[in-house]
Amino acid sequence: MNNFSTLLKPEEKAVFELRELYSNYGYLPYKMSKFEEYDFYVKNKDFLVSDRIITFNDTNGKLLALKPDVTLSIVKNAGDEKGCTQKLFYNENVYRVSGSTHAYKEIMQAGIECIGDVGIFDIAQVLTLALKSLDKFSESFVLDVSHMGVIAAVLEEAGCDEDFNRKIMHYIGEKNCHEIKALCEEYCVDEPTAEKISSLVEIYGKGETVFPLLKKLSQSEKMKKAVSELEEICLAVEASPLKEKINLDFSIVNDLSYYNGIVFKGYISSIPESVLSGGQYDRLMKKLGKKSGAIGFAIYLDLLEQLSYERREFDVDVLLLYAEDCNKKLLFEKAEELVKEGKSVSAQKAIPQKLRYKEIVEFN
Amino acid sequence: MINVALPKGRLGEKVYSMFEEAGYECSSIKEKGRKLIFENEEAGVRYFWVKPSDVAIYVERGAADIGVAGKDILLEYEPDIYELLDMNMGKCRMCVAGMKSFREDLNKTLKVATKFVNIAKKYYASKSRDIDIIKLNGSIEIAPILNLSDVIVDIVETGSTLKENDLEVKETIVDISARLIANKSSFKFKTEEIEKIKESLKSQIK
Repeated sequence: MNNFSTLLKPEEKAVFELRELYSNYGYLPYKMSKFEEYDFYVKNKDFLVSDRIITFNDTNGKLLALKPDVTLSIVKNAGDEKGCTQKLFYNENVYRVSGSTHAYKEIMQAGIECIGDVGIFDIAQVLTLALKSLDKFSESFVLDVSHMGVIAAVLEEAGCDEDFNRKIMHYIGEKNCHEIKALCEEYCVDEPTAEKISSLVEIYGKGETVFPLLKKLSQSEKMKKAVSELEEICLAVEASPLKEKINLDFSIVNDLSYYNGIVFKGYISSIPESVLSGGQYDRLMKKLGKKSGAIGFAIYLDLLEQLSYERREFDVDVLLLYAEDCNKKLLFEKAEELVKEGKSVSAQKAIPQKLRYKEIVEFN
Repeated sequence: MINVALPKGRLGEKVYSMFEEAGYECSSIKEKGRKLIFENEEAGVRYFWVKPSDVAIYVERGAADIGVAGKDILLEYEPDIYELLDMNMGKCRMCVAGMKSFREDLNKTLKVATKFVNIAKKYYASKSRDIDIIKLNGSIEIAPILNLSDVIVDIVETGSTLKENDLEVKETIVDISARLIANKSSFKFKTEEIEKIKESLKSQIK
């Protein structure tokens, strides 16, 4: 058989490689339906990246939605089992409004979810798998990690209302220190706390430089606890040869009402958006009435299209040009013969304008 | 190599001189001509002039690593970027303005003419006011004069254009100034350079 890897695009190759990777670590494939009841998303709409959903009526009149998200569908059926985790991976299309175009898009997603009695080991393993996944696409990548517990602790110290929290989370995500300062002034947050939020946002780098700074900032018990958990996770990942790719960045934020532990985003140089996004979402589990925790991530495979890869110089090797009245049997045999030689063939009656071909073989 | 999107015009030129001061000079940029891209390989920098309202798009999509854009543009388009620094220049206000004689009737839908549809919608939504948005691309000031709209939402710098057209500022929505923005992915891979530029620009801000 031919080597398929020359034919596959990076995002197609990724599907196979990731499947192998996740299977090796005990993750099982999960295939789900394209639709979900609309009501289900309405209840959890803040969890979704975009709140616009494509809906339609089922044959019995029930309102259905084209899946905008995979995680919700996976976790709603998960069971609680003490001491165990359920590890799943998926490869699905989701439908959401894309940020820059404000139009619906079909997005190819691959990802994993680890649901159940999630501990430090599971979290570290998910992080390692995120690193390994990114490593499959490019050498030049980073995985930025934050801990929502740290952010939650600081917001608690600020002690303001929901409105403040929503705005400040937005500014934290933008590393927007001047607006953070202005907002804190507007809400009469004391200066040390405002200063703390700004310094947190400006922190960026490897664990060994960041942790001493973090410890200086953490006074409350809550924050100390979150920082020490983060440190424990980083320590567990220490064994991975890819650990150098991890940066701590507290501007990585996600909805506090769903995410409680670590959150992370993966970036590949030459792709302007994050290609991987994930985190620990025990709070979502609680909302869905589950006792257990969960962590997972998704990779946006269609972004990989932007990775440069070698384009083939020609569309086909041979353009087989034949006349209308030629012997079709012989023509067929000629084409077969060329294919057997390992050449790609396009048989045409005239030369197509846009086709790039290596050679023309005229058949009479 | 750092790619910098600069807004065409006076503000962009001022910003460039700050970059120059920071050690990222590119003398060819000062030559008069129609060229839009300027590169200094030695300093590791490439500048390009783009329409001020497009800077955010260039940065969000990664064609530029960093850029300088007005807060008005950032509020209007809400790009997913880092906003690293308030440059404290190009200062103005986003305002609601109307004819001096105009008194708002709260019992009627308010007709608002603006270039900044998103900002206007959000502002009035926060006040739960029913409005009719009229999107215009320029000469917004004539809309209330010709009775096309009741008020306008626009940028006010000195207020002289308003005055000449017999208009006045009714409300200030938000203060505007130029901001240093960065592409999120670029920031990860060019952290040191971008931080260095940010610090140097910061030290130059009065």
